[in-house]
Amino acid sequence: MQNVLQIVWLIPFLPLIGFLINGLFRKQLSKSLIAIIACTTVLASFVLSIWVFLQVKGGNSHVAEYFNLISAGSLKVPFAFQIDALSSLFLLIITGIGFIIHVYSTSYMKEETREHYGRYFSYLNLFVFSMLLLVMGANYVIMYLGWEGVALCSYLLIGYWFKNTEFSKAANKAFIMNRIGDLAFLLALFWIFSKTGSLNFDVVFSKGPLLDSSDITIITLLLFFGATAKSAQIPLYTWLPDAMAGPTPVSALIHAATMVNAGIYMITRSEALYSLAPVTQNVVAITGLATAILAATIALKQNDIKKVLAYSTVSQLGYIFLALGLGAYTAGIFHVMTHAFFKALLFLAAGSVIHAMGGEQDIRKMGGLKGKLKITYITFVVGCLAISGIPPFSGFFSKDAILLSAFEHNKVLYVLALFGALLTAYYMFRLLFLTFNGSFRGTQEQKDHLHEGPATMTLSLIVLAILSFAGGFIGIPEVFATGGDKLSEFLSPVVPVFREGAVSHSTEIILMVLTAVLVIVVIVMAWLRFRKYQQVEEKGIGKFLENKWYVDELYDNVIVNPLSRFGDFLKNVFDRSVVDGLVNGVGRLVNYGSRQIRLLQSGQVTGYVLLMVLSMLLIFVVQFFLRK
Amino acid sequence: MPVNYYIFLSLALFAIGIVGVLVRRNAIVFFMCIEIMLNAVNLLLVAFSKMHHANQAAGLANVGIDGQLFVFFIMVVAAAEVSVGLAIIVMLFRNVHSVNVNFLNRLKH
Amino acid sequence: MGITQILFWFLSALALFSAVMVIASRNPVYSVLWLIVVFFAISGHYLLLNAQFLAIVNIIVYAGAIMVLFLFVIMLMNLHKSSEPKRNKWLNIAGVLAGGCLLLVLVAALKSAETKSSMAVMGTGDIGLIENLGKALFTDYVIPFEISSVLFLSAMVGAVVLGKKESSFRSEKESA
Repeated sequence: MQNVLQIVWLIPFLPLIGFLINGLFRKQLSKSLIAIIACTTVLASFVLSIWVFLQVKGGNSHVAEYFNLISAGSLKVPFAFQIDALSSLFLLIITGIGFIIHVYSTSYMKEETREHYGRYFSYLNLFVFSMLLLVMGANYVIMYLGWEGVALCSYLLIGYWFKNTEFSKAANKAFIMNRIGDLAFLLALFWIFSKTGSLNFDVVFSKGPLLDSSDITIITLLLFFGATAKSAQIPLYTWLPDAMAGPTPVSALIHAATMVNAGIYMITRSEALYSLAPVTQNVVAITGLATAILAATIALKQNDIKKVLAYSTVSQLGYIFLALGLGAYTAGIFHVMTHAFFKALLFLAAGSVIHAMGGEQDIRKMGGLKGKLKITYITFVVGCLAISGIPPFSGFFSKDAILLSAFEHNKVLYVLALFGALLTAYYMFRLLFLTFNGSFRGTQEQKDHLHEGPATMTLSLIVLAILSFAGGFIGIPEVFATGGDKLSEFLSPVVPVFREGAVSHSTEIILMVLTAVLVIVVIVMAWLRFRKYQQVEEKGIGKFLENKWYVDELYDNVIVNPLSRFGDFLKNVFDRSVVDGLVNGVGRLVNYGSRQIRLLQSGQVTGYVLLMVLSMLLIFVVQFFLRK
Repeated sequence: MPVNYYIFLSLALFAIGIVGVLVRRNAIVFFMCIEIMLNAVNLLLVAFSKMHHANQAAGLANVGIDGQLFVFFIMVVAAAEVSVGLAIIVMLFRNVHSVNVNFLNRLKH
Repeated sequence: MGITQILFWFLSALALFSAVMVIASRNPVYSVLWLIVVFFAISGHYLLLNAQFLAIVNIIVYAGAIMVLFLFVIMLMNLHKSSEPKRNKWLNIAGVLAGGCLLLVLVAALKSAETKSSMAVMGTGDIGLIENLGKALFTDYVIPFEISSVLFLSAMVGAVVLGKKESSFRSEKESA
């Protein structure tokens, strides 16, 4: 274990080096060198992560302390990394998926100029660094550093094509929404510190049971609110779909596989606090479920391939939050992992499609692509099957674990969650059929241009497809194979195992079969409906969904517009009349006063004498009459 | 005579001098008013010198002589002042063809 | 009321009246003449106070030399009533009021001064005689006396420099 500590700091440090090199020398280095540096650093981190993973497998847990980051009064914040099952699992996901996406990006972005290419990869590396910092931190401050870094990188990457105003606005939106959550997170940190006197995980969690239940509830609610921004839950989810403005690999990396997991990681890490706050847990569960269904309904009617995937991400994250709220942390983490696989796959496949279509993202203008993009098509199908929960794909196991815990908790939750799962299957296959089946609906030029991406892209897709298919096998439920749930076993030192066996095995199997059958039925429905594309004008509820429940408009009207009107008021009225008036008034007063005083200095001797006499008079009066 | 009478006489002369300075613009009259004020002070000095002499005559013959000597020096200074001042007035007249003291503000230009 | 008192009141009235006439006369020449009357009245006061030296000096230096200088300058410039600068009525009123107030304040302040019982000795005392003054002047006050001669010298030089026709200065000024 000791040797782990000596090199564990390299894991985040390597991408940081990559960031520095690529960022500083992006004008000098050639594109291939940039790509090699970026990929190698992440790959090295990945290898180290595997090694760390093997070290902690036996339930080892360690805090590696390096130096004091802050030492002020009673506040002592060491720069320390937490190495245990949970963080090592996230390390694997981040560096693994991150590496694949780096490799994919080398071809996807190759038309960029050298300078921008270097910029792109330096951002990617910085992002990986921030995310690793977030996951590895042994206290909330390190986590917060990473948390902010992630928000910054997401801003930079969403606004990568910054010359497009819409994209810049999307980046701003993501950043501002994240800031709202960050504020809540920060408040939670202050609260924690004022109550426990420390921000280190071990101290905070050991003191957790001693705190007032109201304090715990407030802290956990604030943390959860912070998580809603990062992990795109109601009410702060609207930035994620807009974040599709960034390059597609970025969407895959940030908005599907890693960044959005930050909130989930934070809540799982703070499980010791959450388990003490049943109120918050209910809030988390309900918010998660509501987000899952809301996002799924919106995804039904979206026509932008990336938007559909974005809303499906929001929806899947909702499921994970449902699991966290129900106390099924293992199930949540399981779904995080499988979701990272298949969502990265889907995004990269979508990127491949967009690449082939020359930048077209509207699925109404696609169709019939399966002939030309065979590998993409197959991998996309794998991803769809996985996300829909068809056995034995990975999504089936993880989603089933969540549904099962919902069933044990509350039947209503289960029904709603199942409904959401069916919606998921429906919109995913709608996307699949509209994109790859039917006849091509684009221009002739695009049709001639259609081609599969280079090997780096297809290889990435294949690797992710294999992971999406097989990723579920590490968490096979008890009912199929005794001791099959390796994941729970692995995580058991950190997070409590969900109470197994509360539902009888026969019930469990019935539920699984029911789910699978319903999903297949829904897929058939989708096949019948979208096998051939029909142009339909959306109206009524369809239009409502197509416009995303008008949530953006609601936010605009309730928050953004009043704020901007208030800003206009300050700018045009308050600043101009009050602030400027005050400043100019002082100037004018001095000006006026000096002009009046200047008259005294007239050069007229008589005036001077008069003033002299009056002053004498005054002095005499004061001296003789007033002083007594 | 009580010294108070001299005080009030001097004050009256002094005040007349001041009023003259305030109301007249003619530089020469200006100077004359200054002379009036100086003379008022001189008169008072002499009166005080005689007062002190009377009060402390016992054994000291020269008490109060300082006051009269100061009058002498004031006259010296006044004479010097007038000679220079009149020269300045002549210059002013040569330049602006007037003896209005307020034209002295043209020195600014 | 003895002759001294009568003379005192007479000379005081004369001095005040003449002083008022100095500032009231339009013509500067009249002002000068009235001023000479003031000086004579004050010299008379000096005589009453038995300060003969100052009385004589006052007449010789002031009424004689300085006033002649004034007249000389006035006539040199050919000043008369019509060349009198215009006055501002309000400023005049303000000036008179200010001077009056000053007088009032000083009188009010000094009215209660502790000099009520003190008398300025008249007719007697020899401190004002030339002999005594001369002794004091050339013993205790010899340095100020000599310095005053330097002052005179510098004043003389200054007057000459100022009064000289400065061709260079004037041409410079006109060109500017």
